[in-house]
Amino acid sequence: MKASAGGYARAESVGHAVQLLAASDGQGRVLAGGQSLIAAMNMRLSVGDLLVDISKISDLSGVAVEGETLRIGALTRHAQIGSDPLVKTHAPLLTDAVSHIAHAAIRNRGTIGGALAHADPAAEFPACALALGATMHVEGPDGPRAIAAEDFFEEVFTTALSEGEILTAITVPFAVADEEQILEEVARRSGDYALVGLCLVKRSAGHRIALFSVGPKPILATGAMAALDAGDLDAAVGALSAEIDPPSDTQASAAYRRHLAGVLLRRAVARLKGDVA
Amino acid sequence: MTIPFNNPDRPNSYIGKTVPRPNATKLVQGRGRYVDDIVLPRMLHVAFSRSPVAHAKIGTIDLDEAKAVKGVVRIFTGADLAEVCTPWVAVLAHLKGLKSPPEHPLAVDRACWVGEPVVAVVATTRAAAEDAASLVVVDYEELPAVTNTMTALDKDTPVIHPELGDNLAFRRLHEEGDVDAAFANAHKVVFASFRTARHTGVTLEPRSILVDWNPAEGQMTAYHATQAPHMMQTVFAKHLDIPESRVRVICGDVGGSYGIKVHVYPDEVATAAIAKVLGRPIKFIADRLESFSTDIHARDHEIEAKIAVDADGKILAIDVDDWTGIGPYSVYPRTSAIEGNQVVNLCGGPYDFANYRAQTTVVFQNKTPTCQYRAVGHPIAVAITEGLVDMAAAAIGMDPVEIRRRNMYPDDAYPVTSPAKMKFEGLSHHASMDKLMEMMDYDALRADQAEARKRGKYRGIGIASFIELTNPSPFMYGIGGARISAQDGCTVRMDPDGSVVALSGVTEQGQGTEAMLSQVVAEGVGVLPSQVRVITGDTQVTPYGGGTWASRGAGIGGEAALQAARALRGSILEVAAAMLQADAGQLDIRNGQIVDADSGEERMPLEELGRIVYFRGDTLPKDLPRELVQTRHFITMEYPFAFTNGVQASYLEVDTDTGVVTLLKHWCVEDCGRVINPQLVDEQVRGGIVQGLGGALYEEIHYDEDGQLLNGSMADYLVPMAAEMPDMVVGHVETPTKESELGAKGAGEAGTAGAPAAVMNAINDALRPLGAQMTEMPFTPERILRALGKLQD
Repeated sequence: MKASAGGYARAESVGHAVQLLAASDGQGRVLAGGQSLIAAMNMRLSVGDLLVDISKISDLSGVAVEGETLRIGALTRHAQIGSDPLVKTHAPLLTDAVSHIAHAAIRNRGTIGGALAHADPAAEFPACALALGATMHVEGPDGPRAIAAEDFFEEVFTTALSEGEILTAITVPFAVADEEQILEEVARRSGDYALVGLCLVKRSAGHRIALFSVGPKPILATGAMAALDAGDLDAAVGALSAEIDPPSDTQASAAYRRHLAGVLLRRAVARLKGDVA
Repeated sequence: MTIPFNNPDRPNSYIGKTVPRPNATKLVQGRGRYVDDIVLPRMLHVAFSRSPVAHAKIGTIDLDEAKAVKGVVRIFTGADLAEVCTPWVAVLAHLKGLKSPPEHPLAVDRACWVGEPVVAVVATTRAAAEDAASLVVVDYEELPAVTNTMTALDKDTPVIHPELGDNLAFRRLHEEGDVDAAFANAHKVVFASFRTARHTGVTLEPRSILVDWNPAEGQMTAYHATQAPHMMQTVFAKHLDIPESRVRVICGDVGGSYGIKVHVYPDEVATAAIAKVLGRPIKFIADRLESFSTDIHARDHEIEAKIAVDADGKILAIDVDDWTGIGPYSVYPRTSAIEGNQVVNLCGGPYDFANYRAQTTVVFQNKTPTCQYRAVGHPIAVAITEGLVDMAAAAIGMDPVEIRRRNMYPDDAYPVTSPAKMKFEGLSHHASMDKLMEMMDYDALRADQAEARKRGKYRGIGIASFIELTNPSPFMYGIGGARISAQDGCTVRMDPDGSVVALSGVTEQGQGTEAMLSQVVAEGVGVLPSQVRVITGDTQVTPYGGGTWASRGAGIGGEAALQAARALRGSILEVAAAMLQADAGQLDIRNGQIVDADSGEERMPLEELGRIVYFRGDTLPKDLPRELVQTRHFITMEYPFAFTNGVQASYLEVDTDTGVVTLLKHWCVEDCGRVINPQLVDEQVRGGIVQGLGGALYEEIHYDEDGQLLNGSMADYLVPMAAEMPDMVVGHVETPTKESELGAKGAGEAGTAGAPAAVMNAINDALRPLGAQMTEMPFTPERILRALGKLQD
């Protein structure tokens, strides 16, 4: 199929992009890496969009240290994140995640902001943001605001971003000493969306477990986290099974996904160094 | 003079060697020309409004909004095109009882599958045509959809085509020996149900056609991504009422076909009909969703089967009950009964046994039509046969290699006729198995498997012997009345500078046909392969031929090319003998030079001979023939098909927690007769194996019970990808066919034929200690865990 776009404008700055969105009468769609949006347009799943291209706004890209956090610009490409030494030091979960995201060509163009704002429940980055306790920084007609990852993901392809707002960056707290960050997933083929994926972060403050591809949005498995904090892996697997409600589709049934979540939790815990929770 | 193929040091010894592909440079430089690269003056684009439901009566069609879209030139309904294009009925006389209703280029009264073309919108751009197609309003009055193969013949299932009486398209029962008695008296009987998923070909280049009608000359030119240009010439001529001589089908570069581009598609015929009506070039390029919903599907079979063996593992009988659903129409002109028919013909293929019963039941349903796709019926028959043999071996505690050795036809038994009445000229099952054992180091692999088991790893070894049907004679289609040519031709000419042009009726779709032709002609004439320009895919200039399908390109097209080249060599030597006042028998052509055959001394370059013949013919004797262009045709006569054989093996590991299968290594030994180009054959085998592995582990078209296609994209229909593919080792045994001088049989489908069975047997070998058995393809992680009893719903 041939895409049917309603229009295109290149934003010169974040302020300009916000203006363009405000003037788009609800038809505005932010174009960053385009790895999901263009595919959707090419299948005419999305028609009449007024594309606001933010890809040339250079200050939206890059990784920087900001106090005890890592600030990652929304336009930072997956491939950049995968090879960035700061990310590897302070948020290795993201480095790991990149190797699971699609294929090289997509990683060269796709952006972390795009992946988070698109909020595909099967994508790696949204779950990583949850597991790491990241903060989303957005800019809109009413100025900037920050949204905790826990409050950001609402439904399939739906976030707390208001109409007219743009995700500009995320900040991730530094991994503390001895912190471990582990990502496990099962996909049919290398680069496919995961059938189920799991992020495990072990901090001195306790465990954080986020899952993807188990429901309409990435979830924080608080029951499993508490059980793991208490040192009971079997109870954690049991709790996890109860707190997810995975979908069935042509690739896998809910029962299979639920089983897989438990397997992945056990595998992630087995990878933890030192004594097991 | 025959070519001493067993002497690799003979002059011009290109046959049997890897030579560069003449079209590789062009394709790598992006200078290939696919249909979509062609832009003609006044060209228009067509897009189709397709049925969104599986079965419906077509009511009123409202085109007002669509016609108002800027760029729209004209819109056609089924009734419009029925006035200019006759419908077709895809039956063949030798497939007794096969029935199918007339099919039109656009649905006329009823839509019978999701994706069937209903309205054609012609516009100045594809985008405008799509805009308008989305505004076409068709009143679909939904009818009940038939989607389940196994209940299609039940009394309370609606009949899709009431005029045909029932939903049975075709049924064939073949019975040999006393099957029931053999089962009754057997030492061991093993039963199993098998299922193969619905697949499609997924070519890189989608189906593409551009048709130009020149009313002033009464000439139709179709630029078409097809495997069979002459067949399409006949189809367009017949259904659009044009003499065959006035229909030219040009098949340039084609981005893969795998069998899906050898059929007649309603939207492509509609494109030709529209071109004829409008007198303007019309282009249709299928998009990926259209590919999934309208390219032919294949392999959707459900099978109950059993095998009887004696205490020594000797096969006493095999009984197969095969069912397949083919969609609402048999596909023109090859029909959709061939796949089931092949299952009957091929089950038990490698084995010498006496009692055989097989029945195929082919039913109509409201899904995309199915038809021939790479290795037609073979992966199904091989999975049934090899699955049963492995299960029988396990049941009597015999090694799977040993049970095969005890049952395969001895290598000196040929010619033989199988219980399915297939005639084998010469096969090499035992030599192939011996070679496989050596290549894979079977005993070491068994030791590795045992070692892995101690570490809690479940690894399995799977073996699959197979036969492959290649080089078909008219017994495949022509005998049934189809105008599909089993013969093929080649014209070879020498140009004045001594270079050679070969025009062949077989076609190139990326597999290397032109490389094969260039080396056969080079050796046949006595020039370098680089001096041979190969032309394929143009019905106006190449000899009439069948094209490339059923692994016939090398065996049929290659032999025609060899004979034409040898004839040209003879003509050249006759002229040379006159010019040099020598005996033609004492001369030879080597590297483009006339040489003394014994000493190899150069006597004259071909360029000089060309100069004399074409520009100073007055200096030659008056009655000397000087036909430096020769055409030969070849058809097989002794055997209906040239069967090949081979054996594959898979080594893999099953993760019993996740159900994920990791392919560790794959081997294939195959015997395609004379190997013309080792690298091309190896890559054909590897590509075929990959396609087979796709069927084993990934590929599956899903429909819901209403006949809605659920996975019409590359994200949801999983094809095999490089990262999951194992290292593949390919070996050969060569048993040339005596039907031709070249001795080549086909190699294009062997990989696909055997790979799924090898994987199935390897998975079952891995899971046997856990009591699980897999027979439903693809072997998804979830299906494996369910077989292991690890999932609770």
